[in-house]
Amino acid sequence: MKPAPFDYVAPRSVAEACQILAEAGGGATVIAGGQTLMPLLNLRMSQPFILVDITRIEGFTGVARTADGIRVAPATRQADALADATLQAHVPALVQALAHVGHHQTRNRGTIGGSVALGEPAAEMPAVAVALGATIEIASTRGTRRLAARDFYIGPYMTALEPDELVTGITYPDWGPGHRWLFREVARRPGDFALTGMVGALALDGERITRAGLCWFAMGPIPVAMREAEGALVGQTLSGVDPAGLAELALSGTAPFDDSHASAEYRRTVGRRLFEKTLRTALEAREAA
Amino acid sequence: MSEHKVEMTVNGARLAATTEARTSLGDFLRNEGGWTGVHLGCEHGVCGACTVMVDGRAVRSCLMLAVQADGAEVKTAEGLAAPDGSLHPVQQAMRENHALQCGFCTPGVVMTFAALMERDGTPDEAELLEAMSGHTCRCTGYQGIRKAARALAAGTVGQGGGQ
Ligand SMILES: Cc1cc2nc3c(=O)[nH]c(=O)nc-3n(C[C@@H](O)[C@H](O)[C@H](O)COP(=O)(O)OP(=O)(O)OC[C@H]3O[C@@H](n4cnc5c(N)ncnc54)[C@H](O)[C@@H]3O)c2cc1C
Ligand code: FES
Ligand code: FES
Repeated sequence: MKPAPFDYVAPRSVAEACQILAEAGGGATVIAGGQTLMPLLNLRMSQPFILVDITRIEGFTGVARTADGIRVAPATRQADALADATLQAHVPALVQALAHVGHHQTRNRGTIGGSVALGEPAAEMPAVAVALGATIEIASTRGTRRLAARDFYIGPYMTALEPDELVTGITYPDWGPGHRWLFREVARRPGDFALTGMVGALALDGERITRAGLCWFAMGPIPVAMREAEGALVGQTLSGVDPAGLAELALSGTAPFDDSHASAEYRRTVGRRLFEKTLRTALEAREAA
Repeated sequence: MSEHKVEMTVNGARLAATTEARTSLGDFLRNEGGWTGVHLGCEHGVCGACTVMVDGRAVRSCLMLAVQADGAEVKTAEGLAAPDGSLHPVQQAMRENHALQCGFCTPGVVMTFAALMERDGTPDEAELLEAMSGHTCRCTGYQGIRKAARALAAGTVGQGGGQ
């Protein structure tokens, strides 16, 4: 037994969960899939007084189409989302990215909301949310609020969430039938965190790009949206885009880091190639995998 | 520190005990149930040795609390062979293809393959090999395990031993 002692509660409603979080005054930690939190508890890097298991809350799993897009409930297991027909049809970039989140065994427990809420800089799900323009629903005893994913990430493992707040849903806009999607990452082995990667989507009116959403992961302290490259893509026709010419713009907001896995220089160099190749594949509508 | 009465079915038998909230499912199965086929290695989710089936799915028993498995149907490597001792196809495939040496990682590998077979009937080779990325083996060099996976996908287990 490795973790320090804690209490465990499994509330059945959002109101009950929020009440517990509010009363704990920062001493409670939410556990969803536990695939990140359990190692932290085992290492005693996290020592909460109370663990609040949100996976038994009513309505906290599943995927639904809404007026705003496709809504994923926070405790939806990554393995279930990967096999979900609605997500496969309408949010293919998310499904493609999910196949790279950990391993089959960790996806059986890990949740979409847990990955979004954690804000690991090399993780796929935060970048998907930023790229596609997802909205994050948040609840506490003080009420509910909705935040754009682009305003949610503040730093490594730092988000706009207050200690008493809970992510209650993530809504991904529908980028429309026939939209082009992009995903590619470089990792040492399947299941490892990416050394660099990108994800995105292009909405089309015929051949013309009407909207672009692109984001890096593992290229800075937070998911880095490629704002300038997005701006340059909108209005162009698919055949008119020059991926190599856009690479510098795409890298402009990044702040890649040196760590034991790769140098910043490696990330920048490989990222540039990855961007060109992935965008070219999407423009030509070949499977970007 | 809360204590919880936890009850689950393990390999068809009822296992009930009162345990601290912080007890992992892996520790619970070993210490309360005596199911020592659950091997705990890294306890960080990386090595895969502790993999068991919970409600038919392969999961890390070091990354799940025993209280979270309250009411669940759990299967460990001990639960795979038939009551008469005849091996599960996954065990048979591992044996025929020399897929183990020290055996520390083996129960985890076997439970991952068995879960995929239970879900899909015959999972394809790519799926089995991809799921192997969740297991570290320090002895075999993986080639025997890959052969076992291929034999399972091809449905050639038990046809005269090994490749
Ligand atoms: C071997 C291994 C490899 C991995 N590889 C990858 C990888 O390549 N890419 C990747 O992205 N991830 C990877 N992961 C982590 C991934 O598996 C986790 O599932 C994910 O990071 C967290 O999701 P979870 O549901 O397990 O959350 P938990 O571990 O339960 O929680 C994570 C954090 O989020 C908070 N939280 C969870 N849900 C909510 C909510 N609804 N509202 C507010 N806060 C919440 C928790 O308090 C905690 O701080 C890996 C993990 C392991 C063990
Ligand atoms: S002991 Fe659970 S994955 Fe290593
Ligand atoms: S057989 Fe020894 S670790 Fe795999």
